[in-house]
Amino acid sequence: MAVLEFFGRLLLGFLEGLGRFFVLLGQTLRGVFRPWDLRALAAQMIRVGIDSVPVVFLTAFFTGGVMALQTYTGFARFNAEGFVGSVVALSMLRELSPVLTGLMVTGRAGSAMAAEIGSMRVTEQIDALVAFATDPVHYLFVPRVLAAILVVPMLVVIGNATGIAGGYVIAVRILGANPVVYLSNSFQYLEANDLWSGLIKAAVFGSLLSLIGCQQGFDTRGGAEGVGRSTTSAVVLGSLAILIADFFLTKVLF
Amino acid sequence: MAEPVRVRLSGLKKAFGPKKVLDGLDLTIEKGTSIVILGRSGMGKSVLLKHMVGLLSPDAGKVEIDGEDLWKSPSGKRNNLRSRFGMAFQEGALFDSMNVGENIAFPLRRLTKLKPADIKKRVAECLELVHLPGIESKLPSELSGGMRRRVGFARAIAHQPEILLFDEPTTGLDPIMTDALVRVIDELKRRLDPTMVTITHDLKVAFSIADRVALLNNGRIVADLPPREFESSRDPLVAAFVRGDSQLDPDAVD
Repeated sequence: MAVLEFFGRLLLGFLEGLGRFFVLLGQTLRGVFRPWDLRALAAQMIRVGIDSVPVVFLTAFFTGGVMALQTYTGFARFNAEGFVGSVVALSMLRELSPVLTGLMVTGRAGSAMAAEIGSMRVTEQIDALVAFATDPVHYLFVPRVLAAILVVPMLVVIGNATGIAGGYVIAVRILGANPVVYLSNSFQYLEANDLWSGLIKAAVFGSLLSLIGCQQGFDTRGGAEGVGRSTTSAVVLGSLAILIADFFLTKVLF
Repeated sequence: MAEPVRVRLSGLKKAFGPKKVLDGLDLTIEKGTSIVILGRSGMGKSVLLKHMVGLLSPDAGKVEIDGEDLWKSPSGKRNNLRSRFGMAFQEGALFDSMNVGENIAFPLRRLTKLKPADIKKRVAECLELVHLPGIESKLPSELSGGMRRRVGFARAIAHQPEILLFDEPTTGLDPIMTDALVRVIDELKRRLDPTMVTITHDLKVAFSIADRVALLNNGRIVADLPPREFESSRDPLVAAFVRGDSQLDPDAVD
């Protein structure tokens, strides 16, 4: 019985969290259509976007590189080395760049949102907002979620370029591939849809990681320890949501 | 002629899980009165205060501000009722992403139609009132605990609310700082003549600023008297509190 109770509680907790997520999602969506502060949006875009560029750059570069190394080893077995560039470009655009960028931004910005809003909660700053007749979801969530939706796709474009560059450097400099063939193969087999599908994914991931980060912070209970818990769960839940959403987006839409 | 009633709480009930914090509480506060609500730690004093501004909604009972039911009003009206309050939070609850000037300007920008130049003037005026002139550009993290609370006072009075709420204004401060804060509150009371609700467990604070002293015990107001009568009351709960004698209180150790 205790086991049943344990799993029952777990399930209830999960459903409660999910319900809460959609309530806040609704409030945020409604908030988007009320006047909001352009300066707050700009500040968040800088924090989510510009500050994430180095991380995204490094991640994408080395991922592109390792993709080139791995596919080269495999493709060399049936004399298809020429297609390494196509595989690297395709997988970066469609899959790796959006997912890895999403995960990195979750770790950087999603966690920061949870920590900031969480400490605002435990120091009564959110109560102060309400007391001054300010809707905290509108004030705190809208600029962050909008910023993430706008900025993560931009980061993915950077990731795409650096990933392809990383593959090129490894293939041409280390594995001795023909630079002209490599580059032309990289782009020859790409379709516009490959880019768009990655960017749509990126926008969805941006909304997920920011909403989860904000929600975890907003629902923080219990002092500094609570803020720590919220930050951790923002990263764990945000990453999980991105990986699960990635599967369904790939399966259903593209 | 009796002054009109500003705040009326009737039959207020609130429980957190199994713990009943407010249990059928009634309280009426007339215009221009300064009431101090005393109570032991963990007795739900802050919970009571948060019900007045609508930061918490009661499980049962009514909160009426100037005769209007706070929770029966649509949210726009509710915000209007909220803006009649100025709340000074326990540790100040200053927005730590903003400097002192921006903190005090926040309610002015949100709740009034003042022009930027007038806002600046009013901010300076409020800082003057709490004896902290010219610190607009400091960040909350650069201030001492006592200063932070005084800035919190300045922010609470900025939009010239009719009702001031002080949540444990002196808890955790040294006696000198406590006295300084009490003087500031007393001065605000004399100069602004607001309706004032203060919660504290400090008797000295209570007797220096109160027109009425109320005692909160087990979720109800068990005494509501002028300071002198409160001090000399023979009611066992009041006497136990005034003398700080745990043996007089039937459930002192639970």
